[in-house]
Amino acid sequence: MTVTIYVPCDSSAVSLGADRVAKAILQEANTRGIAIELIRNGSRGMYWLEPLVEVATSAGRIAYGPVQPVDVASLFDADFTQGGAHALCLGLTEDIDYFKKQQRLTFARIGKTDPVSLTDYISNEGYRGLKNALAMTQADIVKEVTDSGLRGRGGAAFPTGIKWNTVLNTASLQKYIICNADEGDSGTFSDRMVMEGDPFVLIEGMTIAGVAVDATQGYIYLRVEYPHAFKILNAAIASAYEAGYLGANIQGSGKCFDLEVRLGAGAYVCGEETSLMESLEGKRGLVRFKPPLPAISGLFGQPTVVNNVISLASVPVILDKGGDYYRDFGMGRSRGTLPLQLAGNIKHPGLVELAFGLTLRELLYDFGGGSASGRPIRAVQVGGPLGAYLPESQFDTPLDYEAFAANWTVLGHGGVVVFDDTVDMAVMARYSMEFCKIESCGKCTPCRIGSTRGVEVMNEIINGENLGKNIPLLRDLCDTLLNGSLCALGGMTPYPVLSAINHFPEDFGITTDATAA
Amino acid sequence: MTESGTKQANVQEIIATLKDKPGALLPILHGIQDELGYIPAETVPDIAAALNLSRAEVHGVISFYHYFRDTPPGRQTVHLCLAESCQAMGGKQLEMHVKNRLGIGFHETTADGNFSLEPVYCLGNCACSPAMQIGKDIYGRVSTDSFDSVINEMEKSV
Repeated sequence: MTVTIYVPCDSSAVSLGADRVAKAILQEANTRGIAIELIRNGSRGMYWLEPLVEVATSAGRIAYGPVQPVDVASLFDADFTQGGAHALCLGLTEDIDYFKKQQRLTFARIGKTDPVSLTDYISNEGYRGLKNALAMTQADIVKEVTDSGLRGRGGAAFPTGIKWNTVLNTASLQKYIICNADEGDSGTFSDRMVMEGDPFVLIEGMTIAGVAVDATQGYIYLRVEYPHAFKILNAAIASAYEAGYLGANIQGSGKCFDLEVRLGAGAYVCGEETSLMESLEGKRGLVRFKPPLPAISGLFGQPTVVNNVISLASVPVILDKGGDYYRDFGMGRSRGTLPLQLAGNIKHPGLVELAFGLTLRELLYDFGGGSASGRPIRAVQVGGPLGAYLPESQFDTPLDYEAFAANWTVLGHGGVVVFDDTVDMAVMARYSMEFCKIESCGKCTPCRIGSTRGVEVMNEIINGENLGKNIPLLRDLCDTLLNGSLCALGGMTPYPVLSAINHFPEDFGITTDATAA
Repeated sequence: MTESGTKQANVQEIIATLKDKPGALLPILHGIQDELGYIPAETVPDIAAALNLSRAEVHGVISFYHYFRDTPPGRQTVHLCLAESCQAMGGKQLEMHVKNRLGIGFHETTADGNFSLEPVYCLGNCACSPAMQIGKDIYGRVSTDSFDSVINEMEKSV
């Protein structure tokens, strides 16, 4: 009987050798005359175990990892195609604690299915949301999304339903759906995992959005750093067209939706929605003034929905199981689940999708297992390069938009980067200014000039020069950036800088007395 | 046809195929860079004419985006991630080693034309930091040793 074996095609798994492992398994099976079907699935998100090889058995899928090409012969010797015992055997994949404790809604299929198989997608609850949507009025679709409490997962947390409603109610001959797939924040990779591991869920989410607001053209603005996602998305889009899930007259409904992937070109600021639209129009990615809102005058001056990958990929489950179902997860005003990403100096890095409300400490230790180096965790940056650094005293903050905001911290896109006690927070603060300097679009003065001055001041502080003058100057500069910048790049660079100086003053050469003064 | 003649014909074809897309400039620039490895200054007037833009506008777009380059790259381009997650896992030490091993800094190409070195701010491989990309291949948990063996292997095959 043919045995089904899974080796992820996820680019992180590939970066650890998954392609070579897949090749070795095929060769070995061939040599031994064992019939196997090799499926390149998405990643389960347990990256310390990648490349994670799974074997389908009658009891369920059994995991082996991390597997390197040299392990393959011994796996066959141990009869792993029948789930045989081996030092790398991890038991049933879905019984691994890290995975079992999660609440996977948006990531329900990722790692289970063949990402580019439409048949696999449909037989695993795919396209049920669209089917429901096609039988509903546009206002009802938007209401379902509004009722779910879904907020923009890109970081700004704006209610998705309200955005859609504005576009629905703005009359125009042409409207657009843009998926912001310019996932540039360090420590984040959930968008990439969706696009590589379950591209149809994003395509379905965008199609529902198009049907809901009368938009007939969609664009996925993908960062050029994701070549694997580009390939997989294009393959999935081609199958969706072929099966009548994209294009004219979707599934005989009379509705039309076209979808195209466009590549960015390495500009972080193009993750800002107005800069992204400039870029899609073929221009320099300069941030636009708001208003007008993109929902009223967006791409090519037309009403446009701009949503993050995770927001759009959460729409199918909402339309399938109902807004209430989704809303019942979470806490306070943060409803549903958030795919958190554990990265940096952490023992068990990976993807953890959970309802809002878990504390950062639980995430870092119960899931993450503490630092990778074994040293104490000193600082954690949540929310990407524009997110604040949290010291140990703030680790009990629940992962919830409002609880984070109350601490002057940012939950953002759910990226968590961990640093051990060897980190120099003054160096990290300088890096934040450098990053802003490199990535500033240059349109507004506080960001363009302020970041350059920020690097200079930080250099003097690191050299211990004139602290009495330079520390207040740095704070003053941050105040200007915070209040005077046009977009979040300049406006939020002060979060990492000021949180570093406030929580770790000793790294800036500030004694307790000087802070008080 | 001469090599440069072929290249010119390819560029013309890329422009002709893509120019009618809405917002065609980035797709055209990607097409040319995929084909030639960079966007030669002499292609700018043709792009500008096809899209009814000024040469300055096209140049402005090329120079805005870090990914586009107007000089030929080495045979291989190493994109080394400098972002926070990689820094938390020894990215700075790796950066020093990489520069030392290749004998170049960022935005430079080795004298033998084999390698260019570019910084990148996140490859989305943060769960396997530090990370780098060479061509379309991505590498995770890069150590000084694993970097050397990748580079040694590539030098042999050049």
